[in-house]
Amino acid sequence: MKTILKSIFSLTIAAAFLVSCGGPSKKSNKGAVSGNAAEKVYVAPGEHDSHYAFVSGGFSGQLAVYGLPSGRLFRVIPVFSQDPEKAYGYSEETKPMLQTSHGFVPWGDSHHPDISQTNGSVDGRWVFINENNTPRIARISLETFETEEIIEIPNSAGNHSSSFVTENSEYVVAGTRFAVPFPQRDMSISDMKGNFSGALSFLSIDPDHGNMEIKFQIKMPGFNYDLSHPGRGKSHGWFFFSTYNTEEANTLMEVNASQNDKDFIAAINWKKIEEYVNNGGGKKMPAKYAHNTWSDETHTATHVMQKEVLVVEPKDVPGAIYFLPTAKSPHGCDVDPTGEYIIGNGKLAAAMTVHSFTKMQKAIEDKAFDGEAYGIPIIKFDAVNYGTLDQPGLGPLHTEFDTRGNGYTTFFISSEVVKWNIKDLKVIDRHPVYYSVGHLMIPGGNSRTPDDKYMVAMNKITKDRYLPTGPEVCQSAQLFDISGEKMELLLDFPTIGEPHYAAGIAAEKIAPKSKKIYKLNENKHHYAVTNEGETNVVRKGNEVHIKMSMIRSHFSPDNIEGVKVGDKVFFHVTNLEQDYDVPHGISMIGANTSELLIMPGRTATFTWEPKQVGVWPFYCTDFCSALHQEMQGYIRVSPKSSDIKISYTLDGDVPGEDEEE
Amino acid sequence: MKLQNVLLIMLVALFINCGGKEKKGPSYSKAPVKKEVVKKVDTKKASLDNKGIGPIKTLKLEAINDALVTKGKAIYKTNCTACHKFSKKYIGPGLKGVTERRSPEWIMNLILNTEEMLAKDPVAKALIAEYNAPMANQQLSEEDARAILEYFRTKN
Repeated sequence: MKTILKSIFSLTIAAAFLVSCGGPSKKSNKGAVSGNAAEKVYVAPGEHDSHYAFVSGGFSGQLAVYGLPSGRLFRVIPVFSQDPEKAYGYSEETKPMLQTSHGFVPWGDSHHPDISQTNGSVDGRWVFINENNTPRIARISLETFETEEIIEIPNSAGNHSSSFVTENSEYVVAGTRFAVPFPQRDMSISDMKGNFSGALSFLSIDPDHGNMEIKFQIKMPGFNYDLSHPGRGKSHGWFFFSTYNTEEANTLMEVNASQNDKDFIAAINWKKIEEYVNNGGGKKMPAKYAHNTWSDETHTATHVMQKEVLVVEPKDVPGAIYFLPTAKSPHGCDVDPTGEYIIGNGKLAAAMTVHSFTKMQKAIEDKAFDGEAYGIPIIKFDAVNYGTLDQPGLGPLHTEFDTRGNGYTTFFISSEVVKWNIKDLKVIDRHPVYYSVGHLMIPGGNSRTPDDKYMVAMNKITKDRYLPTGPEVCQSAQLFDISGEKMELLLDFPTIGEPHYAAGIAAEKIAPKSKKIYKLNENKHHYAVTNEGETNVVRKGNEVHIKMSMIRSHFSPDNIEGVKVGDKVFFHVTNLEQDYDVPHGISMIGANTSELLIMPGRTATFTWEPKQVGVWPFYCTDFCSALHQEMQGYIRVSPKSSDIKISYTLDGDVPGEDEEE
Repeated sequence: MKLQNVLLIMLVALFINCGGKEKKGPSYSKAPVKKEVVKKVDTKKASLDNKGIGPIKTLKLEAINDALVTKGKAIYKTNCTACHKFSKKYIGPGLKGVTERRSPEWIMNLILNTEEMLAKDPVAKALIAEYNAPMANQQLSEEDARAILEYFRTKN
């Protein structure tokens, strides 16, 4: 056995070496694109795509919205990183969104978007996405396409097995990829084994508004919890997490965490733990974590620091957690649409492991265990295993599903997607991808009802596929038609950041509900105005608050005097438009921040601390009408010692003072 | 942006470029700029027989309804004051005496059927040429427009 493993390991290394040193020759990388592929991806001018794809930006920290089949980029939703284009993380209202227990963090590493579900189908209400570096989960509204909530995950590090959602959106999960002391403390790294833990957090989702709360954290052994998926249908109520580094190594992991022939998939009966917790189980522990919530009423985010979390020890809930042996350092952990098959993609294994939920239940009943790990029973491999898919390719990572009983698995090292029948454990088709594919996405592929016309492969390396752009070239996605027996490559399209993973959904589940404007009469922002008569400028000590409005194509007020060097000037700006697609922008010369881009009916704030006397212009940054160039104003800045009083006008009048009123 | 808005802008641009005869050249000096009026159709002239184009075909006015005036004033304040004043020209025309210059149907049709009015009605077209800024449709209901009209009747 050992020699076989050794030879597999060296084969893997050799293949990796080939990929990184030369890779496939130029001749072979055209791919077999059939004659009518262009027709299948062409969306005529003015027509709409059939699907939305929410593609994570990886190290950009954001979430991009693409159309399928065209591969056109519609919008980049700022989530974990500041975005000066939209003032996210720059405006006073959005700054609280990026607050954490480590203070303001301007960047994040976004990984796995997952759309909310109802009865096992994606419902298009929210999309969740995890942040790996400073562990967090965000919830994005699919009515406004804006981040509405970010919650930090305490006792966690490298929040990777996240943010997957159960089939009725009861929970979204966060699992730690890096074991850490739980709670954190000062200790020697070499004492890791047995002293670190891996937190698996279950966040409840409010069914009406989507608000998240950490319902409980399971304090698991200090392995690396890499990926996860919920059970569905018959296995609803369970959650499955892949693990690696069951060796609990703390250095040179690529060797030391690859020693064990098998690692585990952790099977968690969350319904059982939920019941235990609802009956007063678990222990409240002190914890510091941020919970930031956006309000579309006040157009403002609120940042709150939470102080405790409910922790569950596996030993206290017997019969709720089991380990399923899985070869070897599994990465993806995927559950098919029926909920019967749990697939472990062993990165370093020659075969893929398919476990059976039915067998697992029987094994638990029969106590078919093979010892335990830290008190958690290990089910005998043969008692839970449905079978293996032998020699499917090199470096299997992730599997998604169609409605016809097939799995589609990505192979990083051999750069291909393999279609295989789960029941028969037979390979049906394989298709090269360019190159080094990570995740793949079938719309609804993690639900009971995949929408299995398209599949998108997300690649880590593109090399010669596009015009070069210096040392850093774009990463890219590839679109396949999977409606037939053979996978058909239709399109390459470049993506932002690293297209780590994606979630897809039919357009009709979202488009009709997409918000067009914010109603002015529902705007509860403290500094909102509903008409120009309410605009004004007020001095409070060295703070100057400007309540300003914008409408095609002027600001009210647009001439302001009485501001002095050393003041802190707040521009609270309301877009008075109530018409679709008429945002306005505003920027101020010398402001140490970004522009504001303000949607109709919304209020936003930026601050400006003038450092030089003079008359300084501000203007609209988003082309709004034929007279957009005329949409500007001036602020006079006087010396600190000046006694000029605040005054403000528009067209020579104080706004709202119409003598005929 | 909607096609009709694009067309409107083109129309406006056309008027700006081919804006008819000016009374006198602009003055480039430190003196305050005198606002020019470009005349094509005499928009100051009353055109009470023109009912405009839109949902309001005939409207019979009765004694002024104070409750309706109050309602109209509030709607006017929120939806109209970004562009209109009574006493003077602003983004759009000054509205003092508007019900003496235009028929009630024309006023309501301009509020309710703005795009078509600006594209086809001769008086509305002349006003765009004069003011360079197309009126924006405020998506008001017929009741709202009627209330605004009632408020305007008190402003003569």
